[in-house]
Amino acid sequence: MIQDLVVYVAYIVYAIAVLMTFGTLLTWVERKQSAVMQDRIGANRAYVRLPFTQIKLIWLGLFHGIADGLKLMTKEDWRPKTYDWYAYAVAPWVCFVPVLLVFAVIPFGGLMVPAKLFPSLAGFFGDRAYPMQIARLDAGILIVFAFGGMTIIGAMLAGWSSYNKFSMLGALRAGSQMISYELVMGLTVLGLILIYGTVDLTTIVQEQSGTLLGFLPAWGVFHQPFAATLFMAAAIAENKRIPFDLPEAESELISGFYTEYSAMKMGLFMFAEFIEIAIIGALFTTLFLGGCNLPYMSDAGFAFPGGSVLPMSHGAVVVTQLVVFLAKVMLICSFQILIRWSLPRFRYDQVLKFAWKFMFPLALMNLVVTAVLAWMATSP
Amino acid sequence: MKPYPRKVYWNEPTMGWWERAYLFEILRGLGITSAVFLRNMWKWVTFRKGALTTYYPEETRWDYAPANRGKHVLTQRPDGRPQCVACNMCATVCPAKVIEIDAGFDPADAAHPKFPIRFEIDYSRCVFCGLCVEACPEDAIRMAKEVPGLPRYDRGQMWIGMEELLTWNPQKDVAKPYPTGGTRAEKRGSH
Ligand code: SF4
Ligand code: SF4
Repeated sequence: MIQDLVVYVAYIVYAIAVLMTFGTLLTWVERKQSAVMQDRIGANRAYVRLPFTQIKLIWLGLFHGIADGLKLMTKEDWRPKTYDWYAYAVAPWVCFVPVLLVFAVIPFGGLMVPAKLFPSLAGFFGDRAYPMQIARLDAGILIVFAFGGMTIIGAMLAGWSSYNKFSMLGALRAGSQMISYELVMGLTVLGLILIYGTVDLTTIVQEQSGTLLGFLPAWGVFHQPFAATLFMAAAIAENKRIPFDLPEAESELISGFYTEYSAMKMGLFMFAEFIEIAIIGALFTTLFLGGCNLPYMSDAGFAFPGGSVLPMSHGAVVVTQLVVFLAKVMLICSFQILIRWSLPRFRYDQVLKFAWKFMFPLALMNLVVTAVLAWMATSP
Repeated sequence: MKPYPRKVYWNEPTMGWWERAYLFEILRGLGITSAVFLRNMWKWVTFRKGALTTYYPEETRWDYAPANRGKHVLTQRPDGRPQCVACNMCATVCPAKVIEIDAGFDPADAAHPKFPIRFEIDYSRCVFCGLCVEACPEDAIRMAKEVPGLPRYDRGQMWIGMEELLTWNPQKDVAKPYPTGGTRAEKRGSH
């Protein structure tokens, strides 16, 4: 149907725009936030000069991300004498593309009815309603894990094909670390699946729209606070950032698995890392922070516990949901950056020990307790 | 099993169960860093400065040590001419060979007939060793505690000349008290 095509192309454009913006913006947020955390000023020199004037726009160093991109694109694309240039060339994309694909199944808003949003187009759209999500797949979470697991292949390919010992070591580390944490991440999410009884992300978000005990929003964090913590830690480990950045530990391995990459190929790895911050934020928001839900808000407007009701038009609701989702994602991204600039790097054996001897049993325990509680709640 | 016996130091750090549980100490650390972040952020949004560093070079620190070897200055005679006699000692001793002096001849000043027409220092190569200051027999060159404005887009712009070197004109110079009672020019005029 042409109507579906229009809506989903719009969604895809929105999603790509959001991810690219986040990827660029987060480099700036990371610089500035770390600077403020460390009593510094932070990046503040890149400027855009208005043509034919001496007015320089600095905007708190916002243009540093663009300067980075330009610099990486104009740098020499140096290639090592590798025996497998094809794998070498394709590795950054194998890292980068699955990260983008994960966003396809994440719902970034509630239900959208185009006819109500644009009354002039009512004849064209009829009474169709679209959940704000690029692909509503029944296997939601499973898709996320399937694509998330593919980035390991990119890291391993890069390490193997670079013909460099440091890359090789980095790839080995990346492989074992990411596989270990993938497992923990899956286990933590299992608890949620038990509670909600589905792996469909849209349903999971809808389940989180009510309230808990009358006042708490029924978000995943309040159902599964333990799993939320573990999920966060495992997700940061998946993203290979400090304190889990063993695959690229620059004091030991130069740059780990992308030592031999230069110019925009290296930029792709970095960009994938920053976009993955946003993806983790989006995932965490979807699973544990109620997605686009605000407490006491439904598709009709706000209904506060005191009984007062604040009705909203459909357009206002859609915009609010989009903004709320982005705001939550930004908050989680900022939290990840806070962690990255607060904690020192683990030793390599500690990372694996932490995964297998600490987080894995805890996740299992969490799962068992959840299963028992869920069984007690459902059995008569 | 440990691969080899480790020496146990008397101040070996020990961890209680609290530290071992890991999460609590992590949370404490995150609390500290986010407290600093919030404090500084509050200063920024209320239009104050939330950082300890400066916007160098637009803004330099005020608390350089008095003995800091910063930018060079040429001391002046009471009549405002440089005290330098263009003896080239500083240029000779300079390990980086960055001082260039052209001497001129002034028969009117019998005491100091030789004086510098051009005195330039190339800050792109100066190592701030201070040897020029020590070598000078006339106490004509010193180093002020302020740093020179170094950041430039071109190495060729990093020379400073007499005009800038002669801007240092303190009202009271404890290192070299001048005889009071009129400037040299006045004395010369009265003869
Ligand atoms: S400080 Fe040292 S390097 Fe600089 S001009 Fe003087 S003697 Fe030369
Ligand atoms: S040593 Fe002193 S007097 Fe001699 S040229 Fe250098 S500054 Fe002038």
